[in-house]
Amino acid sequence: MNNLELQKRANDVRKGIVTAVHSAKAGHPGGSLSAADAYTFLYFEEMNIDPANPDMENRDRFVLSKGHTAPGLYSTLANRGYFPVEDLKTLRKLGSYLQGHPCIHIPGVDMASGSLGQGISAAVGMALGAKLNNKDFRVYTLLGDGEIQEGQVWEASMFAGHRKLDNLCVIVDNNGLQIDGRIEDVCSPYPIDKKFEAFNFHVINVDAHDFDALRAAFKEARETKGMPTCIILHSVKGKGVSFMENNADWHGTAPNDEQYAVAMADLDKIEKELEKAGEA
Amino acid sequence: MADVKKIATRESYGNALKELAEEFPDLVVLDADLAAATKTGIFKKAYPDRHIDCGIAECNMMGVAAGLSLVGKIPFVSSFAMFAAGRAFEQVRNSVGYPHLNVKIGATHAGITVGEDGASHQCNEDIALMRTIPGMVVMCPSDDVEAKAAVRAALEHEGPVYIRFGRAAVPVINDNPDYKFEIGKGTVVKEGTDVTIVATGICVDSAIGAAEKLAADGISAEVINICTIKPLDEEIILNSAKKTGKVVTVEEHSVIGGLGSAVCDCLCANNPVPVKKIGMQDIFGESGSAAALVQKYGLDAEGVYKSVKEFL
Repeated sequence: MNNLELQKRANDVRKGIVTAVHSAKAGHPGGSLSAADAYTFLYFEEMNIDPANPDMENRDRFVLSKGHTAPGLYSTLANRGYFPVEDLKTLRKLGSYLQGHPCIHIPGVDMASGSLGQGISAAVGMALGAKLNNKDFRVYTLLGDGEIQEGQVWEASMFAGHRKLDNLCVIVDNNGLQIDGRIEDVCSPYPIDKKFEAFNFHVINVDAHDFDALRAAFKEARETKGMPTCIILHSVKGKGVSFMENNADWHGTAPNDEQYAVAMADLDKIEKELEKAGEA
Repeated sequence: MADVKKIATRESYGNALKELAEEFPDLVVLDADLAAATKTGIFKKAYPDRHIDCGIAECNMMGVAAGLSLVGKIPFVSSFAMFAAGRAFEQVRNSVGYPHLNVKIGATHAGITVGEDGASHQCNEDIALMRTIPGMVVMCPSDDVEAKAAVRAALEHEGPVYIRFGRAAVPVINDNPDYKFEIGKGTVVKEGTDVTIVATGICVDSAIGAAEKLAADGISAEVINICTIKPLDEEIILNSAKKTGKVVTVEEHSVIGGLGSAVCDCLCANNPVPVKKIGMQDIFGESGSAAALVQKYGLDAEGVYKSVKEFL
Protein backbone atom coordinates (compact mmCIF):
# COMPACT_ATOMS: atom_id res chain seq x y z
CA MET A 1 0.00 0.00 0.00
CA ASN A 2 1.47 3.37 -0.98
CA ASN A 3 1.78 6.29 1.40
CA LEU A 4 -1.24 8.13 0.05
CA GLU A 5 -3.44 5.09 0.56
CA LEU A 6 -2.03 4.65 4.07
CA GLN A 7 -2.72 8.30 4.81
CA LYS A 8 -6.32 7.86 3.68
CA ARG A 9 -6.72 4.77 5.84
CA ALA A 10 -5.20 6.57 8.80
CA ASN A 11 -7.65 9.42 8.30
CA ASP A 12 -10.52 6.91 8.30
CA VAL A 13 -9.11 5.45 11.51
CA ARG A 14 -9.03 8.93 13.04
CA LYS A 15 -12.66 9.53 12.04
CA GLY A 16 -13.59 6.25 13.71
CA ILE A 17 -11.75 7.25 16.88
CA VAL A 18 -13.47 10.60 17.15
CA THR A 19 -16.86 9.12 16.30
CA ALA A 20 -16.52 6.28 18.83
CA VAL A 21 -15.41 8.54 21.66
CA HIS A 22 -18.09 11.13 20.86
CA SER A 23 -20.76 8.42 20.85
CA ALA A 24 -19.46 6.96 24.12
CA LYS A 25 -19.25 10.42 25.71
CA ALA A 26 -16.04 9.09 27.26
CA GLY A 27 -12.74 7.55 26.24
CA HIS A 28 -9.24 8.53 25.21
CA PRO A 29 -8.92 10.38 21.90
CA GLY A 30 -5.49 12.06 22.36
CA GLY A 31 -3.30 8.96 22.53
CA SER A 32 -5.48 7.14 20.01
CA LEU A 33 -4.97 9.90 17.44
CA SER A 34 -1.21 10.18 18.08
CA ALA A 35 -0.79 6.47 17.33
CA ALA A 36 -3.28 6.30 14.44
CA ASP A 37 -0.57 6.23 11.75
CA ALA A 38 1.32 3.48 13.59
CA TYR A 39 -1.88 1.45 14.04
CA THR A 40 -2.62 1.88 10.36
CA PHE A 41 0.85 0.88 9.23
CA LEU A 42 0.86 -2.19 11.46
CA TYR A 43 -2.55 -3.50 10.41
CA PHE A 44 -2.57 -2.47 6.73
CA GLU A 45 1.07 -3.09 5.88
CA GLU A 46 3.36 -4.60 8.46
CA MET A 47 1.69 -7.48 10.23
CA ASN A 48 0.92 -10.92 8.88
CA ILE A 49 -2.78 -11.11 9.77
CA ASP A 50 -6.07 -12.17 8.25
CA PRO A 51 -9.25 -10.36 9.37
CA ALA A 52 -11.31 -13.30 8.07
CA ASN A 53 -9.32 -15.63 10.32
CA PRO A 54 -8.44 -13.61 13.42
CA ASP A 55 -7.13 -16.67 15.28
CA MET A 56 -4.79 -17.80 12.46
CA GLU A 57 -2.11 -19.76 14.30
CA ASN A 58 0.99 -18.22 12.79
CA ARG A 59 -0.34 -14.64 12.72
CA ASP A 60 1.73 -11.80 14.05
CA ARG A 61 0.49 -10.68 17.47
CA PHE A 62 -0.29 -7.19 18.71
CA VAL A 63 -0.73 -6.24 22.37
CA LEU A 64 -2.02 -2.77 23.13
CA SER A 65 -0.17 -2.19 26.37
CA LYS A 66 -1.52 1.37 26.55
CA GLY A 67 -4.99 -0.12 26.62
CA HIS A 68 -6.81 3.15 27.21
CA THR A 69 -6.23 4.02 23.56
CA ALA A 70 -8.62 1.22 22.65
CA PRO A 71 -10.59 3.55 20.33
CA GLY A 72 -7.49 3.67 18.11
CA LEU A 73 -7.17 -0.10 18.03
CA TYR A 74 -10.91 -0.69 17.56
CA SER A 75 -11.16 1.82 14.75
CA THR A 76 -8.18 0.22 13.02
CA LEU A 77 -9.61 -3.29 13.42
CA ALA A 78 -13.00 -2.13 12.13
CA ASN A 79 -11.49 -0.36 9.14
CA ARG A 80 -9.38 -3.44 8.45
CA GLY A 81 -12.51 -5.59 8.34
CA TYR A 82 -12.51 -7.44 11.66
CA PHE A 83 -15.95 -6.08 12.55
CA PRO A 84 -18.38 -3.42 11.21
CA VAL A 85 -17.22 0.21 11.43
CA GLU A 86 -20.78 1.04 12.52
CA ASP A 87 -20.18 -0.92 15.76
CA LEU A 88 -17.63 1.71 16.86
CA LYS A 89 -20.62 3.78 17.99
CA THR A 90 -21.37 1.14 20.65
CA LEU A 91 -18.00 1.78 22.37
CA ARG A 92 -18.26 1.67 26.17
CA LYS A 93 -22.02 1.14 26.08
CA LEU A 94 -23.72 -1.46 28.24
CA GLY A 95 -23.89 -4.78 26.38
CA SER A 96 -21.37 -3.79 23.71
CA TYR A 97 -18.46 -6.09 22.96
CA LEU A 98 -16.33 -2.97 22.53
CA GLN A 99 -15.36 -2.58 26.17
CA GLY A 100 -13.67 0.57 27.46
CA HIS A 101 -10.36 -1.25 27.42
CA PRO A 102 -9.40 -4.19 25.16
CA CYS A 103 -10.86 -7.52 26.21
CA ILE A 104 -9.94 -10.86 24.77
CA HIS A 105 -13.32 -11.61 23.18
CA ILE A 106 -13.07 -8.83 20.58
CA PRO A 107 -12.20 -10.13 17.10
CA GLY A 108 -8.56 -9.28 16.39
CA VAL A 109 -7.64 -8.49 20.00
CA ASP A 110 -4.82 -10.78 21.11
CA MET A 111 -4.70 -9.83 24.79
CA ALA A 112 -6.78 -8.00 27.37
CA SER A 113 -5.08 -4.85 28.56
CA GLY A 114 -5.65 -1.51 30.20
CA SER A 115 -3.78 -1.75 33.47
CA LEU A 116 -0.58 -0.01 32.40
CA GLY A 117 2.70 -1.89 32.25
CA GLN A 118 1.10 -5.32 31.88
CA GLY A 119 0.68 -5.64 28.13
CA ILE A 120 4.39 -5.61 27.41
CA SER A 121 4.90 -8.63 29.68
CA ALA A 122 2.25 -10.60 27.82
CA ALA A 123 3.88 -9.62 24.53
CA VAL A 124 7.22 -10.80 25.85
CA GLY A 125 5.61 -14.11 26.84
CA MET A 126 4.18 -14.52 23.34
CA ALA A 127 7.56 -13.79 21.76
CA LEU A 128 9.24 -16.28 24.08
CA GLY A 129 6.55 -18.84 23.26
CA ALA A 130 7.20 -18.36 19.54
CA LYS A 131 10.87 -19.08 20.13
CA LEU A 132 10.13 -22.16 22.26
CA ASN A 133 7.70 -23.48 19.64
CA ASN A 134 10.01 -22.65 16.71
CA LYS A 135 7.37 -20.39 15.18
CA ASP A 136 8.36 -17.41 13.10
CA PHE A 137 5.56 -14.98 13.94
CA ARG A 138 6.44 -11.57 15.33
CA VAL A 139 4.98 -9.77 18.32
CA TYR A 140 4.28 -6.05 18.50
CA THR A 141 3.27 -4.07 21.54
CA LEU A 142 2.40 -0.39 21.84
CA LEU A 143 3.16 1.55 25.02
CA GLY A 144 2.52 5.10 26.09
CA ASP A 145 5.40 7.33 27.11
CA GLY A 146 3.65 7.92 30.43
CA GLU A 147 3.14 4.18 30.77
CA ILE A 148 6.87 3.54 30.88
CA GLN A 149 6.86 5.10 34.34
CA GLU A 150 5.48 1.71 35.44
CA GLY A 151 8.24 -0.48 36.87
CA GLN A 152 6.87 -3.59 35.22
CA VAL A 153 7.83 -2.17 31.82
CA TRP A 154 11.47 -2.38 32.84
CA GLU A 155 11.12 -5.84 34.35
CA ALA A 156 9.74 -6.95 30.99
CA SER A 157 12.41 -5.08 29.04
CA MET A 158 15.22 -6.59 31.10
CA PHE A 159 13.80 -10.06 30.46
CA ALA A 160 13.27 -9.44 26.71
CA GLY A 161 16.80 -8.11 26.31
CA HIS A 162 18.25 -10.97 28.34
CA ARG A 163 16.39 -13.53 26.23
CA LYS A 164 17.41 -11.77 22.98
CA LEU A 165 13.81 -11.76 21.72
CA ASP A 166 14.43 -10.40 18.23
CA ASN A 167 10.87 -11.35 17.26
CA LEU A 168 9.62 -8.65 19.63
CA CYS A 169 9.01 -5.04 18.63
CA VAL A 170 8.20 -2.64 21.46
CA ILE A 171 6.70 0.64 20.26
CA VAL A 172 6.60 3.70 22.52
CA ASP A 173 4.21 6.48 21.54
CA ASN A 174 6.18 9.51 22.68
CA ASN A 175 3.54 12.22 22.41
CA GLY A 176 4.98 13.93 25.47
CA LEU A 177 1.77 14.31 27.45
CA GLN A 178 0.07 12.38 30.20
CA ILE A 179 -3.03 13.11 32.27
CA ASP A 180 -1.34 15.46 34.69
CA GLY A 181 0.66 17.33 32.07
CA ARG A 182 4.00 17.06 30.24
CA ILE A 183 5.81 13.81 30.97
CA GLU A 184 9.03 15.62 31.81
CA ASP A 185 7.16 17.70 34.39
CA VAL A 186 5.26 14.81 35.97
CA CYS A 187 8.08 12.25 36.27
CA SER A 188 10.47 12.34 33.38
CA PRO A 189 11.19 9.05 31.62
CA TYR A 190 13.78 10.74 29.36
CA PRO A 191 16.07 9.73 27.80
CA ILE A 192 13.77 6.95 26.57
CA ASP A 193 16.12 5.68 23.87
CA LYS A 194 19.10 5.41 26.21
CA LYS A 195 17.01 3.49 28.72
CA PHE A 196 15.95 0.84 26.20
CA GLU A 197 19.50 0.65 24.87
CA ALA A 198 20.68 -0.01 28.41
CA PHE A 199 18.21 -2.91 28.53
CA ASN A 200 19.84 -4.39 25.41
CA PHE A 201 17.31 -3.23 22.81
CA HIS A 202 18.03 -1.96 19.33
CA VAL A 203 16.40 1.48 19.38
CA ILE A 204 14.96 3.48 16.47
CA ASN A 205 13.66 7.04 16.80
CA VAL A 206 11.07 7.88 14.19
CA ASP A 207 8.60 10.57 13.12
CA ALA A 208 5.28 8.94 13.99
CA HIS A 209 3.40 10.67 11.19
CA ASP A 210 5.77 9.91 8.29
CA PHE A 211 4.94 6.64 6.54
CA ASP A 212 8.32 6.45 4.80
CA ALA A 213 9.98 6.68 8.20
CA LEU A 214 7.60 4.11 9.71
CA ARG A 215 8.22 1.73 6.80
CA ALA A 216 11.96 2.01 7.22
CA ALA A 217 11.79 1.61 11.00
CA PHE A 218 9.66 -1.54 10.97
CA LYS A 219 11.87 -3.02 8.24
CA GLU A 220 14.93 -2.30 10.35
CA ALA A 221 13.24 -3.92 13.35
CA ARG A 222 12.45 -7.04 11.33
CA GLU A 223 16.03 -7.27 10.13
CA THR A 224 17.57 -6.78 13.58
CA LYS A 225 18.76 -10.10 14.95
CA GLY A 226 19.90 -11.10 18.43
CA MET A 227 18.04 -8.39 20.31
CA PRO A 228 14.54 -6.93 20.57
CA THR A 229 13.80 -3.60 18.91
CA CYS A 230 12.20 -0.52 20.44
CA ILE A 231 10.68 2.00 18.05
CA ILE A 232 10.11 5.38 19.65
CA LEU A 233 7.35 7.25 17.86
CA HIS A 234 7.80 11.00 18.07
CA SER A 235 4.18 11.92 17.81
CA VAL A 236 1.68 14.70 18.32
CA LYS A 237 -1.02 13.94 20.85
CA GLY A 238 -4.44 14.48 19.29
CA LYS A 239 -2.89 14.50 15.78
CA GLY A 240 -5.35 15.48 13.06
CA VAL A 241 -7.91 17.29 15.19
CA SER A 242 -6.91 20.94 15.47
CA PHE A 243 -8.09 21.69 19.00
CA MET A 244 -6.88 18.37 20.43
CA GLU A 245 -3.31 18.60 19.18
CA ASN A 246 -0.66 18.88 21.90
CA ASN A 247 -3.28 19.38 24.59
CA ALA A 248 -3.23 17.09 27.64
CA ASP A 249 -6.86 17.95 28.36
CA TRP A 250 -7.82 15.67 25.46
CA HIS A 251 -6.09 12.65 27.00
CA GLY A 252 -9.34 11.25 28.32
CA THR A 253 -12.14 13.61 27.37
CA ALA A 254 -14.85 13.12 24.76
CA PRO A 255 -15.85 15.93 22.41
CA ASN A 256 -19.36 17.37 22.77
CA ASP A 257 -21.59 17.70 19.71
CA GLU A 258 -20.12 21.04 18.62
CA GLN A 259 -16.55 19.91 19.15
CA TYR A 260 -17.32 16.68 17.31
CA ALA A 261 -18.51 18.68 14.28
CA VAL A 262 -15.27 20.69 14.29
CA ALA A 263 -13.18 17.52 14.63
CA MET A 264 -14.95 15.81 11.74
CA ALA A 265 -14.61 18.97 9.62
CA ASP A 266 -10.86 18.91 10.30
CA LEU A 267 -10.64 15.31 9.18
CA ASP A 268 -12.93 15.90 6.17
CA LYS A 269 -10.58 18.66 5.11
CA ILE A 270 -7.59 16.31 5.34
CA GLU A 271 -9.53 13.72 3.35
CA LYS A 272 -10.24 16.23 0.56
CA GLU A 273 -6.58 17.22 0.47
CA LEU A 274 -5.56 13.58 0.18
CA GLU A 275 -8.08 13.01 -2.61
CA LYS A 276 -6.75 16.06 -4.44
CA ALA A 277 -3.20 14.78 -4.00
CA GLY A 278 -4.32 11.48 -5.47
CA GLU A 279 -5.77 13.13 -8.55
CA ALA A 280 -2.68 15.24 -9.08
CA MET B 1 3.53 -42.09 65.21
CA ALA B 2 7.27 -41.80 64.62
CA ASP B 3 7.03 -43.97 61.51
CA VAL B 4 4.65 -41.62 59.66
CA LYS B 5 6.17 -40.48 56.37
CA LYS B 6 6.58 -36.71 56.15
CA ILE B 7 7.14 -34.56 53.06
CA ALA B 8 6.64 -30.87 52.33
CA THR B 9 3.97 -30.18 49.70
CA ARG B 10 6.43 -27.91 47.84
CA GLU B 11 8.58 -31.02 47.37
CA SER B 12 5.53 -32.90 46.07
CA TYR B 13 4.93 -30.01 43.68
CA GLY B 14 8.45 -30.18 42.22
CA ASN B 15 8.24 -33.95 41.90
CA ALA B 16 4.81 -33.80 40.25
CA LEU B 17 5.99 -31.27 37.66
CA LYS B 18 8.84 -33.55 36.71
CA GLU B 19 6.67 -36.67 36.64
CA LEU B 20 4.00 -35.01 34.46
CA ALA B 21 6.39 -33.35 32.01
CA GLU B 22 6.27 -36.11 29.41
CA GLU B 23 2.51 -36.45 29.54
CA PHE B 24 2.02 -32.68 29.17
CA PRO B 25 4.54 -31.58 26.52
CA ASP B 26 3.23 -27.99 26.55
CA LEU B 27 4.00 -27.61 30.25
CA VAL B 28 6.64 -24.97 30.99
CA VAL B 29 7.66 -23.83 34.44
CA LEU B 30 8.44 -20.23 35.41
CA ASP B 31 10.22 -19.17 38.55
CA ALA B 32 11.54 -15.93 40.00
CA ASP B 33 14.95 -16.88 41.39
CA LEU B 34 13.50 -19.34 43.89
CA ALA B 35 13.81 -22.66 42.05
CA ALA B 36 15.74 -24.22 44.93
CA ALA B 37 13.10 -23.19 47.45
CA THR B 38 9.91 -23.69 45.44
CA LYS B 39 11.34 -27.04 44.26
CA THR B 40 10.77 -26.26 40.60
CA GLY B 41 14.50 -26.95 40.54
CA ILE B 42 13.59 -30.64 40.43
CA PHE B 43 11.85 -29.99 37.10
CA LYS B 44 14.64 -27.68 35.95
CA LYS B 45 17.26 -30.38 36.43
CA ALA B 46 15.32 -32.81 34.24
CA TYR B 47 13.96 -30.31 31.68
CA PRO B 48 16.25 -27.26 31.63
CA ASP B 49 14.84 -25.99 28.31
CA ARG B 50 11.33 -25.92 29.73
CA HIS B 51 12.21 -24.04 32.90
CA ILE B 52 12.24 -20.25 32.56
CA ASP B 53 13.87 -18.25 35.30
CA CYS B 54 12.42 -14.74 35.13
CA GLY B 55 14.65 -13.27 37.80
CA ILE B 56 13.29 -11.41 40.78
CA ALA B 57 10.41 -9.81 38.92
CA GLU B 58 7.15 -11.56 39.78
CA CYS B 59 4.79 -9.07 38.13
CA ASN B 60 6.50 -9.48 34.77
CA MET B 61 6.65 -13.25 35.29
CA MET B 62 2.87 -13.42 35.63
CA GLY B 63 2.45 -11.47 32.37
CA VAL B 64 5.02 -13.63 30.57
CA ALA B 65 3.01 -16.67 31.68
CA ALA B 66 -0.13 -15.05 30.28
CA GLY B 67 1.59 -14.51 26.94
CA LEU B 68 2.95 -18.06 26.85
CA SER B 69 -0.52 -19.46 27.48
CA LEU B 70 -1.84 -17.43 24.54
CA VAL B 71 0.54 -19.22 22.18
CA GLY B 72 -0.25 -22.73 23.36
CA LYS B 73 1.95 -23.34 26.38
CA ILE B 74 0.68 -24.42 29.80
CA PRO B 75 2.75 -22.34 32.19
CA PHE B 76 3.11 -23.22 35.87
CA VAL B 77 4.25 -20.02 37.58
CA SER B 78 6.09 -20.33 40.87
CA SER B 79 7.12 -18.10 43.67
CA PHE B 80 6.38 -17.74 47.36
CA ALA B 81 2.67 -17.17 48.01
CA MET B 82 3.48 -13.67 49.29
CA PHE B 83 4.81 -12.65 45.89
CA ALA B 84 2.66 -14.79 43.57
CA ALA B 85 -0.67 -13.87 45.13
CA GLY B 86 0.36 -10.74 46.98
CA ARG B 87 2.85 -8.71 44.98
CA ALA B 88 1.51 -9.86 41.61
CA PHE B 89 -2.16 -9.80 42.62
CA GLU B 90 -3.18 -7.25 40.04
CA GLN B 91 -1.28 -9.04 37.30
CA VAL B 92 -3.06 -12.28 38.23
CA ARG B 93 -6.36 -10.43 38.25
CA ASN B 94 -5.98 -8.47 35.01
CA SER B 95 -3.52 -10.45 32.88
CA VAL B 96 -4.62 -13.97 33.86
CA GLY B 97 -8.07 -13.88 35.49
CA TYR B 98 -9.86 -11.34 33.32
CA PRO B 99 -8.92 -13.01 30.00
CA HIS B 100 -9.41 -16.41 31.75
CA LEU B 101 -6.08 -17.78 30.55
CA ASN B 102 -4.75 -21.28 31.04
CA VAL B 103 -2.12 -20.25 33.59
CA LYS B 104 -1.38 -22.31 36.70
CA ILE B 105 0.11 -20.68 39.77
CA GLY B 106 2.08 -22.90 42.12
CA ALA B 107 2.63 -20.79 45.23
CA THR B 108 4.88 -22.21 47.91
CA HIS B 109 5.86 -21.10 51.43
CA ALA B 110 2.28 -20.18 52.27
CA GLY B 111 1.14 -19.47 55.82
CA ILE B 112 3.06 -19.27 59.09
CA THR B 113 4.95 -22.54 58.60
CA VAL B 114 7.39 -20.53 56.51
CA GLY B 115 8.80 -20.23 60.01
CA GLU B 116 12.01 -18.39 60.78
CA ASP B 117 11.74 -15.86 57.90
CA GLY B 118 8.95 -14.21 59.84
CA ALA B 119 5.85 -12.18 59.06
CA SER B 120 7.12 -10.45 55.91
CA HIS B 121 7.20 -13.84 54.17
CA GLN B 122 4.28 -15.58 55.89
CA CYS B 123 1.38 -15.13 53.52
CA ASN B 124 -1.90 -15.55 55.37
CA GLU B 125 -3.93 -13.67 52.78
CA ASP B 126 -3.47 -15.56 49.50
CA ILE B 127 -6.62 -17.70 49.63
CA ALA B 128 -8.68 -14.58 50.29
CA LEU B 129 -7.08 -12.70 47.41
CA MET B 130 -7.28 -15.52 44.88
CA ARG B 131 -10.86 -16.55 45.59
CA THR B 132 -12.13 -13.08 44.75
CA ILE B 133 -10.99 -13.48 41.14
CA PRO B 134 -13.83 -14.73 38.91
CA GLY B 135 -13.10 -18.11 37.34
CA MET B 136 -10.06 -18.84 39.50
CA VAL B 137 -9.78 -22.35 40.98
CA VAL B 138 -8.13 -22.24 44.42
CA MET B 139 -6.63 -25.36 45.97
CA CYS B 140 -4.74 -26.03 49.17
CA PRO B 141 -3.57 -29.65 49.37
CA SER B 142 -3.09 -31.37 52.71
CA ASP B 143 -0.23 -33.74 51.94
CA ASP B 144 2.04 -35.29 49.34
CA VAL B 145 -0.63 -37.44 47.73
CA GLU B 146 -3.11 -34.61 47.42
CA ALA B 147 -0.51 -32.09 46.26
CA LYS B 148 0.51 -34.32 43.36
CA ALA B 149 -3.12 -35.02 42.48
CA ALA B 150 -3.87 -31.29 42.53
CA VAL B 151 -1.02 -30.53 40.12
CA ARG B 152 -2.33 -33.14 37.69
CA ALA B 153 -5.89 -31.85 38.03
CA ALA B 154 -4.68 -28.29 37.38
CA LEU B 155 -2.96 -29.36 34.17
CA GLU B 156 -6.09 -31.20 33.01
CA HIS B 157 -8.31 -28.20 33.85
CA GLU B 158 -8.73 -25.46 31.24
CA GLY B 159 -8.41 -22.07 32.92
CA PRO B 160 -6.55 -20.34 35.73
CA VAL B 161 -5.68 -22.31 38.85
CA TYR B 162 -3.97 -21.30 42.09
CA ILE B 163 -2.40 -24.02 44.24
CA ARG B 164 -0.98 -23.32 47.67
CA PHE B 165 1.95 -25.36 48.94
CA GLY B 166 3.83 -25.32 52.23
CA ARG B 167 7.47 -25.18 53.22
CA ALA B 168 7.42 -27.56 56.18
CA ALA B 169 7.33 -31.35 55.97
CA VAL B 170 3.87 -32.68 56.81
CA PRO B 171 2.57 -36.22 57.38
CA VAL B 172 1.18 -38.19 54.45
CA ILE B 173 -2.49 -38.74 55.33
CA ASN B 174 -4.18 -39.61 52.04
CA ASP B 175 -2.10 -42.66 51.17
CA ASN B 176 -4.98 -45.13 50.88
CA PRO B 177 -6.43 -47.04 47.93
CA ASP B 178 -9.84 -45.33 48.18
CA TYR B 179 -8.40 -41.83 47.79
CA LYS B 180 -9.76 -40.01 44.75
CA PHE B 181 -9.14 -36.42 43.78
CA GLU B 182 -11.49 -34.15 41.91
CA ILE B 183 -11.45 -30.35 41.68
CA GLY B 184 -14.35 -29.03 43.76
CA LYS B 185 -14.87 -32.19 45.82
CA GLY B 186 -14.15 -32.42 49.53
CA THR B 187 -13.56 -35.61 51.48
CA VAL B 188 -15.08 -36.84 54.74
CA VAL B 189 -11.91 -38.04 56.44
CA LYS B 190 -13.67 -39.16 59.61
CA GLU B 191 -17.39 -39.46 60.26
CA GLY B 192 -18.95 -37.96 63.39
CA THR B 193 -22.21 -36.56 64.79
CA ASP B 194 -21.51 -33.82 67.37
CA VAL B 195 -19.46 -31.24 65.49
CA THR B 196 -18.06 -30.74 61.98
CA ILE B 197 -14.43 -29.73 61.61
CA VAL B 198 -13.70 -28.41 58.13
CA ALA B 199 -9.98 -28.08 57.47
CA THR B 200 -7.66 -27.32 54.57
CA GLY B 201 -3.98 -27.85 53.85
CA ILE B 202 -1.72 -28.86 56.69
CA CYS B 203 -4.55 -28.23 59.16
CA VAL B 204 -6.35 -31.39 58.02
CA ASP B 205 -3.82 -33.43 59.96
CA SER B 206 -4.37 -31.20 63.02
CA ALA B 207 -8.13 -31.69 62.68
CA ILE B 208 -7.74 -35.45 62.57
CA GLY B 209 -5.56 -35.32 65.69
CA ALA B 210 -8.08 -33.07 67.43
CA ALA B 211 -10.92 -35.45 66.53
CA GLU B 212 -9.02 -38.29 68.21
CA LYS B 213 -8.63 -36.24 71.39
CA LEU B 214 -12.30 -35.26 71.28
CA ALA B 215 -13.28 -38.91 70.90
CA ALA B 216 -11.45 -39.65 74.16
CA ASP B 217 -13.75 -37.08 75.77
CA GLY B 218 -16.81 -38.73 74.25
CA ILE B 219 -17.27 -36.11 71.53
CA SER B 220 -17.87 -37.40 68.00
CA ALA B 221 -16.31 -34.99 65.49
CA GLU B 222 -16.72 -35.27 61.73
CA VAL B 223 -13.61 -34.15 59.83
CA ILE B 224 -13.89 -32.80 56.29
CA ASN B 225 -10.85 -32.11 54.11
CA ILE B 226 -11.48 -29.24 51.73
CA CYS B 227 -8.65 -29.06 49.22
CA THR B 228 -10.57 -26.98 46.69
CA ILE B 229 -11.65 -23.79 48.41
CA LYS B 230 -13.07 -22.51 45.13
CA PRO B 231 -15.30 -23.90 43.77
CA LEU B 232 -16.35 -25.06 47.24
CA ASP B 233 -17.98 -28.45 47.78
CA GLU B 234 -21.11 -26.98 49.35
CA GLU B 235 -22.96 -30.29 49.42
CA ILE B 236 -20.47 -32.03 51.68
CA ILE B 237 -20.47 -29.10 54.13
CA LEU B 238 -24.25 -28.67 54.18
CA ASN B 239 -24.87 -32.40 54.66
CA SER B 240 -22.49 -32.50 57.60
CA ALA B 241 -23.79 -29.27 59.15
CA LYS B 242 -27.34 -30.61 58.95
CA LYS B 243 -26.20 -33.64 60.94
CA THR B 244 -24.00 -31.94 63.58
CA GLY B 245 -25.46 -28.43 63.79
CA LYS B 246 -22.04 -26.94 64.63
CA VAL B 247 -19.08 -26.17 62.39
CA VAL B 248 -15.44 -25.35 63.10
CA THR B 249 -13.08 -24.29 60.30
CA VAL B 250 -9.30 -24.66 60.51
CA GLU B 251 -6.78 -23.04 58.19
CA GLU B 252 -3.22 -21.75 58.18
CA HIS B 253 -4.51 -18.44 56.87
CA SER B 254 -6.29 -15.35 58.08
CA VAL B 255 -9.81 -16.01 59.35
CA ILE B 256 -10.79 -13.13 57.08
CA GLY B 257 -11.53 -14.24 53.55
CA GLY B 258 -10.20 -17.79 53.56
CA LEU B 259 -11.73 -21.22 54.09
CA GLY B 260 -13.66 -20.04 57.14
CA SER B 261 -15.25 -17.21 55.21
CA ALA B 262 -16.06 -19.48 52.28
CA VAL B 263 -17.75 -21.98 54.60
CA CYS B 264 -19.68 -19.18 56.34
CA ASP B 265 -20.83 -17.83 52.96
CA CYS B 266 -22.19 -21.25 52.15
CA LEU B 267 -23.85 -21.86 55.52
CA CYS B 268 -25.32 -18.35 55.82
CA ALA B 269 -27.03 -18.70 52.48
CA ASN B 270 -28.32 -22.21 52.97
CA ASN B 271 -28.44 -23.38 56.58
CA PRO B 272 -27.12 -20.98 59.21
CA VAL B 273 -25.49 -22.81 62.14
CA PRO B 274 -22.92 -21.58 64.69
CA VAL B 275 -19.40 -21.47 63.24
CA LYS B 276 -16.01 -21.02 64.90
CA LYS B 277 -13.14 -20.01 62.66
CA ILE B 278 -9.68 -21.18 63.68
CA GLY B 279 -6.79 -19.50 61.88
CA MET B 280 -4.73 -16.34 62.11
CA GLN B 281 -7.00 -13.97 64.04
CA ASP B 282 -6.37 -10.77 62.06
CA ILE B 283 -2.73 -10.63 63.15
CA PHE B 284 0.69 -11.00 61.52
CA GLY B 285 2.91 -13.97 62.29
CA GLU B 286 6.49 -13.83 63.59
CA SER B 287 9.79 -15.70 63.43
CA GLY B 288 10.08 -19.14 64.96
CA SER B 289 10.17 -22.77 63.97
CA ALA B 290 7.15 -24.02 62.05
CA ALA B 291 6.23 -26.36 64.91
CA ALA B 292 6.51 -23.63 67.53
CA LEU B 293 4.40 -21.23 65.47
CA VAL B 294 1.70 -23.77 64.75
CA GLN B 295 1.53 -24.47 68.48
CA LYS B 296 1.53 -20.80 69.52
CA TYR B 297 -1.25 -19.88 67.10
CA GLY B 298 -3.37 -22.88 67.99
CA LEU B 299 -3.23 -24.68 64.67
CA ASP B 300 -1.85 -27.98 65.94
CA ALA B 301 -4.04 -30.88 67.11
CA GLU B 302 -3.96 -29.69 70.71
CA GLY B 303 -4.88 -26.12 69.74
CA VAL B 304 -7.75 -27.25 67.54
CA TYR B 305 -8.94 -29.64 70.28
CA LYS B 306 -9.00 -26.81 72.84
CA SER B 307 -10.83 -24.43 70.50
CA VAL B 308 -13.46 -27.02 69.67
CA LYS B 309 -13.98 -27.79 73.36
CA GLU B 310 -14.47 -24.08 74.11
CA PHE B 311 -16.92 -23.80 71.24
CA LEU B 312 -19.10 -26.73 72.28
